[in-house]
Amino acid sequence: MFDTTRPALPPRPGVGFKARHFAAILDDPGPVAWLEIHAENYMGDGGRPLAQLRAVADRFPISVHGVGLSIGGAGPLDPDHLARLSHLLGWLAPASFSEHLAWSTHEGAYLNDLLPLPYTARTLARVCDHIDLVQDRLGRRMLLENPATYLDFAETEMAETDFLARVVARTGCGLLLDVNNVHVACTNRGADPVAYLDAFPMAAVGEIHLGGHDVQKDEHGAPLLIDSHGTQVADPVWALYAHALRRAGPVATLIEWDTDLPDWPTLAAEAARAAALIDRVAA
Amino acid sequence: MTGQDAFAAALLDPDRAPPGRLTGAGGAPAGRRFDVYRNNVVAGLIEALETGFPVVRALVGAAFFRAMAGEFVRAHPPRTPLLMLYGEALPGFLAGFPPVAHLGYLPDVARLELALRDSYHAADAAPVDPGALAALSPQALARARLRLAPAVRLVRSDWPIHGIWQAHHGGPRPPQGAQEVLVARPGFDPVPHLLPPGGYRGIAALRAGVPLGAALSDLQESNISALLQLLLQSRAISAITPEDAQ
Repeated sequence: MFDTTRPALPPRPGVGFKARHFAAILDDPGPVAWLEIHAENYMGDGGRPLAQLRAVADRFPISVHGVGLSIGGAGPLDPDHLARLSHLLGWLAPASFSEHLAWSTHEGAYLNDLLPLPYTARTLARVCDHIDLVQDRLGRRMLLENPATYLDFAETEMAETDFLARVVARTGCGLLLDVNNVHVACTNRGADPVAYLDAFPMAAVGEIHLGGHDVQKDEHGAPLLIDSHGTQVADPVWALYAHALRRAGPVATLIEWDTDLPDWPTLAAEAARAAALIDRVAA
Repeated sequence: MTGQDAFAAALLDPDRAPPGRLTGAGGAPAGRRFDVYRNNVVAGLIEALETGFPVVRALVGAAFFRAMAGEFVRAHPPRTPLLMLYGEALPGFLAGFPPVAHLGYLPDVARLELALRDSYHAADAAPVDPGALAALSPQALARARLRLAPAVRLVRSDWPIHGIWQAHHGGPRPPQGAQEVLVARPGFDPVPHLLPPGGYRGIAALRAGVPLGAALSDLQESNISALLQLLLQSRAISAITPEDAQ
């Protein structure tokens, strides 16, 4: 359906690229085999961000991860934003493009968060229409990421894993399995994350995300995990990751660390931990 | 209202109840879990403003800035997902925000910070050779037209905004009076430069394609050469078109 000659991400660890790590990454990437960027941070016309991106793209496969397309939005996709995305993917020719099962734009206002949606026949049709449009406009297959959620909708008719499987079947898109999001969302809704992974359409997974979360409680004392990307990956998430790898085999795996940024050795050590687990299933 | 209408409205209005039929663990009402989204939205946008307007923030104080930015965010949510450019409406908001009415310079300092940020993300352009203007005869120089780099910005204020910006970057106490500022980007980091009298109009005319002699006719002789030196040294000129090529 889409061009599949484009080189894929290697089934090794990658990290989210941050300007402060620019020199360190080029000097000694350690176990890091590829880099991910947030698409929206590279939609300016020039200057340092694009110069750094060109420099790292000469050395590493790049994954472009969008946060602003609002694929789960009730309204139409923003054609201007699709055009910006098409431009970026056009000149950069990245190994992968991914976005979220979420919405962030409403009536033209960008709400700067990955907001949840109920899983119904109606939202399924809308998400599939949007993904069809994105893949058609960009001329490539995209990966869709499972969300970190803090609440659910009474009108939800199907499990998230069923919803994602139907999106894959209808659109031909791939999936980005965020294992931290699985842990966060399952804990928050009182569900079993291992059962979630066992139901996940693993054959469609083209990339895995790992990241840190914050632990809080709600007003009833129930655990409330927040997807913060500001700490190391938690032990239960590493255990779930090992389980996912046993089902999926070696998969390109990103360490996401977006706030309270660590120094490069700390981030590279997280990538090394992912590399060791990948090696175990690759052996 | 669709479900997303109600959800979006409650995100930006802390006094509005979250939409019904949201649940938490085990099907219990979602309660404060909705506040996680509220907080993510507003805190993330405030942070984008803190990044974009560090001098405005220093002038009013971090705590005041957060509260003020919260009001701005709810009144003017971004219209695109490009948060690096969010806050275009902040100068206008500050001009009409009663708690900062006594800080008359604040909107123009915000405009200067917007100009610096726009310059940072502007397109790249190779500068002309620093000796390029010296090679022209005085007559040819007067008739030449300059193309300015995309990263060049001009800001004019009734307040000493350049001095205020400098004072927040280790400079002395700002002087009194109006100031005109050129923002140029010699490398990747934009730099604000104080312009001599007439400099703003002169550079604006150059940018509009007016020949150099006519564009800078209001400036004193010594200021003309200083201004051209400044443009050359800050790599703000990307092309010189002599008269015979026009």
